[in-house]
Amino acid sequence: MSVLGVSYRSYRVWQRNRDVVFRLWFVELVPPILGPIIVITALGLGLGVFVELSGDQDYIEFLTPGLLALFPMLWAMFDCGWGAYGRMNMQGIYDAVLATPLNVEDVIAGEIFFGATRGTFQAVHILIAALLFTPAYGLIDSPLAVLVIPVAFLAGILFGAMAMCFTSVAPSMSAYNFLWAFIISPMFWFGGAFYPLERLPDGLQVLAQFIPLTHVVAINRGLIEGQLEWSHLGDLAYVVAVAAAFFALALWSMRRRLIK
Amino acid sequence: MLESRSYPVHDTNMAEIIRARGLLKRFGDLIAVNGIDFSVAEGECFGLLGPNGAGKTSIIRMITCVSPPTAGELRVAGMDVRTEGRRIKSILGIVPQEENLDPDLTVWQNLAVYARYFDIPAAEARQRAQEVLELFQLHDRRGEIVDNLSGGMKRRLIVARALINQPKILALDEPTTGLDPQARHLVWQKLRYLQNEGITMLLTSHNMEEATHLCNRLVVMHLGRILAEGTPSELIEEHVGRQVLELRLDDGRRPAALDVLRRRDGLRLEEVEDVLYVFGPNQPWQPILDELTQFGDCVRLREATLEDLFLQLTGRGTLE
Repeated sequence: MSVLGVSYRSYRVWQRNRDVVFRLWFVELVPPILGPIIVITALGLGLGVFVELSGDQDYIEFLTPGLLALFPMLWAMFDCGWGAYGRMNMQGIYDAVLATPLNVEDVIAGEIFFGATRGTFQAVHILIAALLFTPAYGLIDSPLAVLVIPVAFLAGILFGAMAMCFTSVAPSMSAYNFLWAFIISPMFWFGGAFYPLERLPDGLQVLAQFIPLTHVVAINRGLIEGQLEWSHLGDLAYVVAVAAAFFALALWSMRRRLIK
Repeated sequence: MLESRSYPVHDTNMAEIIRARGLLKRFGDLIAVNGIDFSVAEGECFGLLGPNGAGKTSIIRMITCVSPPTAGELRVAGMDVRTEGRRIKSILGIVPQEENLDPDLTVWQNLAVYARYFDIPAAEARQRAQEVLELFQLHDRRGEIVDNLSGGMKRRLIVARALINQPKILALDEPTTGLDPQARHLVWQKLRYLQNEGITMLLTSHNMEEATHLCNRLVVMHLGRILAEGTPSELIEEHVGRQVLELRLDDGRRPAALDVLRRRDGLRLEEVEDVLYVFGPNQPWQPILDELTQFGDCVRLREATLEDLFLQLTGRGTLE
């Protein structure tokens, strides 16, 4: 059985990528541990002392849910952006796989699922790091925080699919400067990870609501603070809808690129 | 070389495993394959020959279900390429023109991961990987990253990989392009072994020696059309004759030679760069040679090959 042309065979592509990560485990698994620890320390402890938030929240506490959305986004987009382009155009891996019973939809879905897995893996890392900081700074307030892991997978599908849509039309590796400048950077800085969006001018606040990352950050904040509200259902619905749309678009657009 | 090998005549009673009728492929304004018919019988090695741009790779891509035909019929083992891609691909082994081994994996992992795409259980995959590595003399390289292999080894590994699902049909798109003679002969030897094992082969090439070595039957293509079809020896006999006269003359002496040749009927001249090829099926060559003695060593009568057929049919100026 298959949905949108995607069958269980997409798992074969996921397995291939997993095998590569395991073979290159040192370069693949060590850097993702370090990144978030540096950011928590630098921004939370360094910059954080100059930041005054409403209420008695420390900046490092405010930052944590944001990092749990940001870093998984980056990893999913790197993998389905730069990484997927290399596998498709430089390594010829898609061609080789398409010569087997897998079709384009299996390949692309497997790639997006793997990008999401990378993102999830990153979220688990940050969560562990945050737990280590918790006795001193009270970063995690609720056991609900464990749910940021499935949220990271869902968000990973969204951001992986987004990057894959870009890959489906990218003419060259240098074109990814556009992905960085026009897609990743605005989400990174205006997605509510680093400061409360209410501090932005009104127009920008409205625009920020269209950014998918904004809603992922909002869900994470609710889970980590243990304060879920009805509005979080809206956030979740938005993330699911945008993920589904980009996923379907990525499959369609990649078929256009690869089957001629 | 031709005389020393015998070519089994195509047996029309054998099952037809690939069937194309009115097959057309268009990319925008470009017609890559222009309404052709051909059939491949089970167990034969069928060659698609032609210069670059003849449409060979387009045909292979349509058969391997990664490029849907614009019009016409194309069936593989009775299945329609438009609707049964997965089932067709499960019985195909594909050797692409461009090397596309997985550079992030070892030789062994390349085979194991590829087997998994076909849902071959791990234990069986291990056994088959071992067999094909031994067949292709790569078993002592199993732990190597593929980038460390020589060009010839990579090619052998690609063919080995294409055998991992025990395919009924092996589609080879210029399998030895870029290899040195030793590596090429080793690949040819393995392919002949597979042919004797009964595997059907579809081979594209612009290397005439390769086609002579391997193909039972072939078509010569040019600009999307089939110009001739038959066994290599039949085709040469029919279109070229047994022998070809070759003249290497500078521009100063060429007109005199052309004068002699043009006085005779039934000759076809083909100029390729500085070489003049003279084709004349059933032509008594001795009288012509007698008239050309003044040119000495620059004139040579030799056995006809598929290359001559190729030049004769696809003509000068069409070669890139």
